[in-house]
Amino acid sequence: MRTSSRIARLFIENILKMVLLLFAVSIIAFVLVNYSPVDPVQQYVIGVGGVSPEQRLQLEEYWGVNDPPVERYMNWLSALMHGDFGTSLLYRRPVIDIIGERFVNSFALMLCAWLFSGIIGFILGCVMGMKKDGIVDRMVKKICYILSSVPTFWLGLIFLLVFAVELKWFPLGFSTPIGMLDEDVTIWQRLHHLFLPALTLSLMSFANIALHTRQKLIDVLESEYVLFARARGESEFSILRRHGLRNIILPAITLQFASFAELFGGSVIAENVFSYPGLGSAVAAAGLNSDVPLLLGITLFSTLFVAVGNMIANTLYGVIDPQIREAED
Amino acid sequence: MEEKKQPLLEIEDLSVTFKMYDGGALEQKQLQVISSLSVTVYPGEILAIAGSSGSGKSLLASAILGILPGNAEVEGRMIYEGKPMTPDMQKKLRGSEIALVPQSIAYLDPLMKIGKQVDGHKKPYPTQKRKGLFKRFGLPEKTPELYPFQLSGGMARRVLVSTALVEDARLLIADEPTPGMSLDQAKEALSMFRQMADEGKSVILITHDIDLAFDVADRVAVFYAGTTVECAPANDFKTGPEALRHPYSKALWRALPQNDFEPIEGFQPYAGNLPKGCLFGPRCSCKTAECENSVPPMREIRGGEVRCIHAT
Amino acid sequence: MKKINRRTKVIIFTIMIGVIIIGAYIAGILIPDSGVAPDFSNTKLPPSFSHPFGTDWLGRDLFLRTLKGLSISLTIGIMASLISGAAAVLIGIAAAMGSRRIDGIINWFIDLVMGVPHTILIILISFACGRGMKGLLLGIAVTHWTGLARLIRGEVLQLRNQQYVAVSRKLGKSGSWILVHHLLPHLLPQFFVGLVLMFPHAILHEAAISFLGYGLPPEQPAIGIILSESMKYLSAGMWWLAVFPGALLVCIVLLVDRLGDNLRMIIDPYSAQE
Repeated sequence: MRTSSRIARLFIENILKMVLLLFAVSIIAFVLVNYSPVDPVQQYVIGVGGVSPEQRLQLEEYWGVNDPPVERYMNWLSALMHGDFGTSLLYRRPVIDIIGERFVNSFALMLCAWLFSGIIGFILGCVMGMKKDGIVDRMVKKICYILSSVPTFWLGLIFLLVFAVELKWFPLGFSTPIGMLDEDVTIWQRLHHLFLPALTLSLMSFANIALHTRQKLIDVLESEYVLFARARGESEFSILRRHGLRNIILPAITLQFASFAELFGGSVIAENVFSYPGLGSAVAAAGLNSDVPLLLGITLFSTLFVAVGNMIANTLYGVIDPQIREAED
Repeated sequence: MEEKKQPLLEIEDLSVTFKMYDGGALEQKQLQVISSLSVTVYPGEILAIAGSSGSGKSLLASAILGILPGNAEVEGRMIYEGKPMTPDMQKKLRGSEIALVPQSIAYLDPLMKIGKQVDGHKKPYPTQKRKGLFKRFGLPEKTPELYPFQLSGGMARRVLVSTALVEDARLLIADEPTPGMSLDQAKEALSMFRQMADEGKSVILITHDIDLAFDVADRVAVFYAGTTVECAPANDFKTGPEALRHPYSKALWRALPQNDFEPIEGFQPYAGNLPKGCLFGPRCSCKTAECENSVPPMREIRGGEVRCIHAT
Repeated sequence: MKKINRRTKVIIFTIMIGVIIIGAYIAGILIPDSGVAPDFSNTKLPPSFSHPFGTDWLGRDLFLRTLKGLSISLTIGIMASLISGAAAVLIGIAAAMGSRRIDGIINWFIDLVMGVPHTILIILISFACGRGMKGLLLGIAVTHWTGLARLIRGEVLQLRNQQYVAVSRKLGKSGSWILVHHLLPHLLPQFFVGLVLMFPHAILHEAAISFLGYGLPPEQPAIGIILSESMKYLSAGMWWLAVFPGALLVCIVLLVDRLGDNLRMIIDPYSAQE
């Protein structure tokens, strides 16, 4: 009983924080796009072409160009509350539909990269920590350092060059074969298209988790309770299994959930390199083409995404770690 | 009472040196924390190793178990049951024949429940035995389900002692086992040590509590700056300075509250900053020029051993 | 094998970085525009002695173009780090020295900045500034100060509780006197290392954002733009367009990052992770 009510309280607290955060971000984002010298109506007129002066006036009214900014913000916000994110200039469709569609693609990409980097990074971190200063440790550490100095998009370019252009193992981009109807695409074709972007994205965050896990494990192995486990005759493997994993897995999972911001930021880059139709390529296009509703929509959505990750990270600690669990009771 | 038995563990001229890096710049430094230490444990006795904190007592336990950190170098000989100890042998003895009672709660995995933790990693788990021990120590029913940080100081001590007692060890090394226990609990724990010794096992009691050492131990080794300065029957310590051999032991005796309560002047030297010759020299009232020549060897005097050239 | 002393390592890194950065920077300024002018008799050449990085589809020498691009990227990276670092110090000190309320607000604001993916935030700011250099600089500066600000805040809070600071206060020294005499000497190395460590991130973000098409016009090619242009020619087999400029960028980022890490371990050997 106590535990469940505590989780509920934690949950509500986090939700409130999240709402406040989203509200703040909506204000900042709105101010920023309004500050922009780009005129959305002008942009629309250029994009569509052949707009009569009457239509232009209508548009201006629609955008509320002549209203004071605060009123415009309130209008936008109340529309948001009703689930109306506006219409994308670029795609001529409701922003919410585009976000929904593209998020499915981005989610597949980010999930693959997230799991891959998390699992491989964790395992490598464990190996490095167990064999500190050994050959594997020194090599993987160097690789981690190098990887964190490589721009995501360049790594993507190199993968494209090697695996798509030279070896022709993987397609050059997009999420499905070009010219194919969506319902005809098999899961294998989707995975085939997903592989390179996901690999690129996961290599970006993998160094972080590997180095973190390594350090945590080294701390654990130098702890007094591991010294005592050794004194009781536990083998190194048993120590890793019984004490190491127990003490490092939660911080690692938390770190993974807390890294949604980097993950999303990385996916923007990876999607653009591989012309992958997700939120990231949409937001870059929205910014370049002055598609304000889409830009704002994706900004808010990405904030929500990051906040959910942080919330999971916070809650995980509160629910799983007995020390915090007890302290809160 | 001392018929000549074969010692269970003999330590001769043991030295432990750490290789240290000084700060951020890589300047290597040798740090000798235990130097030419000799001590012998017989079956059926409790040997107390007494000395103030910072004298390297805890490292001695690690050295016996072979679990010193990688940057430590061990010299000298350790003989277990007449056979020289090798790392392989230490590996086999750890947790089976030699058990450690650790110093504090920090030696328990913070995320593992007490029951599972005391049972250890060896199957079959000694669960029944553990339950019996907990009962004898008067630990509450729910104790096995608790996490270490939920234990009170006294409970923690009893749990720590239990971890060693569930293993059927022949040699028990207890590192400061009693602080935090109530008098009754301490007596209970010590009486268990006594009982083990009477069953023919050996107990090494590492402590800074001199009183305790006199009370329960059969013999007391006085530890100073990384080495033993005197090793004598506990009775000698009860008798007083006239029965003791080393100036440091005598001074320690006098420093006790129930005796003269007279502090020893000066400080114990730290590893890396040791004086020349006799380590106690700078604080010793009987120091002569010869004392600085070399570290005095252990000598047998009046049924005890002492590391002092002036002792009679 | 003898291990190299960390101090020696830092000196080697510093010299290497100094040579490369100053070299690239000066080269970027010295190379006349004619050096990277189109030359239609020499288009799409693979790397050779006369064109070490090859030439592009307009016959521009890629090596000179990369150097020019690098000098632009370095300028933006350094300026953004400086702005960001200065902001971090001011905000960090304000959070630690100010009232609880101010501290709370600043912490919340830091969470806010970290709560939006940086790439998105830079795109927004860049959009607000109508793209171009200003938006890029501002965007990178706005997204990079948070970590250092937290560090400085923690450091100041810790220093504030030191006895010698308390004694100074009792002796009647003013807050600013304490700041200058007791706090700044401790903060300066932190600040410097933070700056060095910030620079690689800044330059990577700069490259990524200009790769997406925000930032400078193509006549002023930052590395990101050169690489973005190279994408169109990848399938035509012009691998050198993508490989060389990127590799050079990676080298510089890696060097600076290692320098920062080694410096951090020198000033703070205990808390630094190795």
